[in-house]
Amino acid sequence: MSDQVKQRFLLQGNEAIVQGALAAGCRFFAGYPITPASEIAEQLSIQLPVVDGTFIQMEDEIASMGAIIGASLAGVKAMTATSGPGFALMQENLGFACVAEVPCVIVNVMRGGPSTGLPTCPAQGDVQMARWGTHGDHPIVVLSVSTVMDSFTLTVKAFNIAEKYRVPVILLSDEVVAHTRECVELPDTEEIKVVDRMKPSVPPDWYKPYEGDARGVPPMAAFGEGYRHHVTGLIHDDMGYPTQKPAEVKSFHERMARKITRGFPDIQMTKGYYLDDAEVFVIAYGAVARSALRSVQDARENGVKAGLLQLITLFPFPRRTVTPLLQQCRAVLVPEMNMGQISREVQRVNNGECVVKKHNRIDGKFITPREIFDHLMKL
Amino acid sequence: MPIPAQALRHEYLRHNKKFPHVWCPGCGNGIVMGALLRAISKLNIEKDDIVLASGIGCSGRMPTYLDFNTLHTTHGRALTFATGVKLANPAMNVIAIMGDGDSTAIGGNHFIHAARRNLNLTAIIINNSIYGMTGGQYSPTTPFGSKSTTSVYGHIEHAFSIAELAVTAGASFVARSTVYHADLIDRLIEQAVKKRGFAVVEVISNCHIQYGRRNKLGGAVDMLKSFKEQAITVSRAAKMSPEELEGKTTIGVLADREIPISTEEYIKVREQARAQKEKV
Repeated sequence: MSDQVKQRFLLQGNEAIVQGALAAGCRFFAGYPITPASEIAEQLSIQLPVVDGTFIQMEDEIASMGAIIGASLAGVKAMTATSGPGFALMQENLGFACVAEVPCVIVNVMRGGPSTGLPTCPAQGDVQMARWGTHGDHPIVVLSVSTVMDSFTLTVKAFNIAEKYRVPVILLSDEVVAHTRECVELPDTEEIKVVDRMKPSVPPDWYKPYEGDARGVPPMAAFGEGYRHHVTGLIHDDMGYPTQKPAEVKSFHERMARKITRGFPDIQMTKGYYLDDAEVFVIAYGAVARSALRSVQDARENGVKAGLLQLITLFPFPRRTVTPLLQQCRAVLVPEMNMGQISREVQRVNNGECVVKKHNRIDGKFITPREIFDHLMKL
Repeated sequence: MPIPAQALRHEYLRHNKKFPHVWCPGCGNGIVMGALLRAISKLNIEKDDIVLASGIGCSGRMPTYLDFNTLHTTHGRALTFATGVKLANPAMNVIAIMGDGDSTAIGGNHFIHAARRNLNLTAIIINNSIYGMTGGQYSPTTPFGSKSTTSVYGHIEHAFSIAELAVTAGASFVARSTVYHADLIDRLIEQAVKKRGFAVVEVISNCHIQYGRRNKLGGAVDMLKSFKEQAITVSRAAKMSPEELEGKTTIGVLADREIPISTEEYIKVREQARAQKEKV
């Protein structure tokens, strides 16, 4: 094999997530079988033991989420993968990961819901659940993949964000990307940027486990490293001990929000296509962004100055990219496989400057380029 | 020689934590905490090598006070977090402390599967037959006919035997004591922590505030006296009929057996996986 030719693989989205996780240093997976996410567990059960990692199939998704938090606290990068019903069960412990600032990655391969719903049909119905599923005010990072290659690179990125900011990161895939096979060239190990959590630089006696650094992120010692400390789901002070003092509660919540706000340039990712001179544009994410790109190209050929903004980060919502485009264009189309979960966000940041049109499918069928094209031509 | 209580306190209670604790005067939780510390001290395990995980409820607050790696998880989920910690770092001594509602109602599924899975973990369950922290609602171990804030007309469901559940579910070691038998708790926890495999110690405890008071069982001392009267050792119980055992509490070691431990079995899985990879 010459130096120029990279190794190419024919992978489905779920398999690319596995390769991304391993490349990012994930060495622990706990999960429960569910369609259409099961391939991730199956593959990791084969591949993790090879790299001295650990796979465990738990009794349910509640336990899976608990186990990955435990593993992460013990210093091992950890993830789980599920679909809607399992994601619902994870919400309680997801909140724990938020409040105790435990880095981990949760993959939700979305299927039609609610409830058992449409197990093998594509949907994007869990977008707002990813944002607000766990109770209480909390910032959260939600990423969305649209290709097999994305499934690899964004899994690495999800781990990097989780480690850098000490947050759980939710990676949304969907049935289309998960089960589509594409040829991908995976980067060499040395080309992949991998971020590890910051460790304390002070001796154990000085360690304040929940005192943020300049970015608001506390350095994290693993259990067993000599920095004995307390981890709780209760709102806590800098030492990690429960508090109800209004000033301490307030500063806790403010730091949680600040560390994400300060990370916006790093966390908020989008891809723009044909936007420079666009008069109308599409905002899309996940598998739908692929249809959207084709329809925008077709519209251009038909003389419509159309563009596409693909959202990679759904939350925190990339308002600083979206708002200027809403000011630039006369209309925007938001196609989604739900009743309009991201179009709500678009409307929220629009200030009435741009016409916001929705295109929604909730029948378990994928949105085709033709549908988006027809809408684009009428904008 | 017994370890002086003051030395134990200085060694194991957190110096930087604001006390007092949340437990009511006379609560059995303190007795169990003392027994845990005496057992750990006797076993001479480094504090850095212990992870103490808890769920939610009065028992859930215990880790906050103790100078180990401590983890106060969500309600019923202590064993799931403990499973992750143990698998990620098998060198740690991982102990979960739970209550009756915590471990067998909301956490019942995790409990039976932890026993079946047989990781090298220790589970200590303080069973006071009631949800104390939330105000005295009935739990899976509230006796038939008892009064609680959600069974003021008398409880119409039957209670679990937590220890027997653990035996059936496959735990390597299962034992029971009461808070009256404090020395026995020391010994049982010591055995449980030493035991290779999933080890359960159930401790029957008093919640005279939320349970005793509503059922006319008296104060903490009265309840402890009744534990003394009701207790039957495992060897004596073996010679008694089910009718004679009615209303009695069997104490001692109920099961102690050698079962393959999944943490150790997984090492074999890794070797096999690597060997297969090399073949390809």
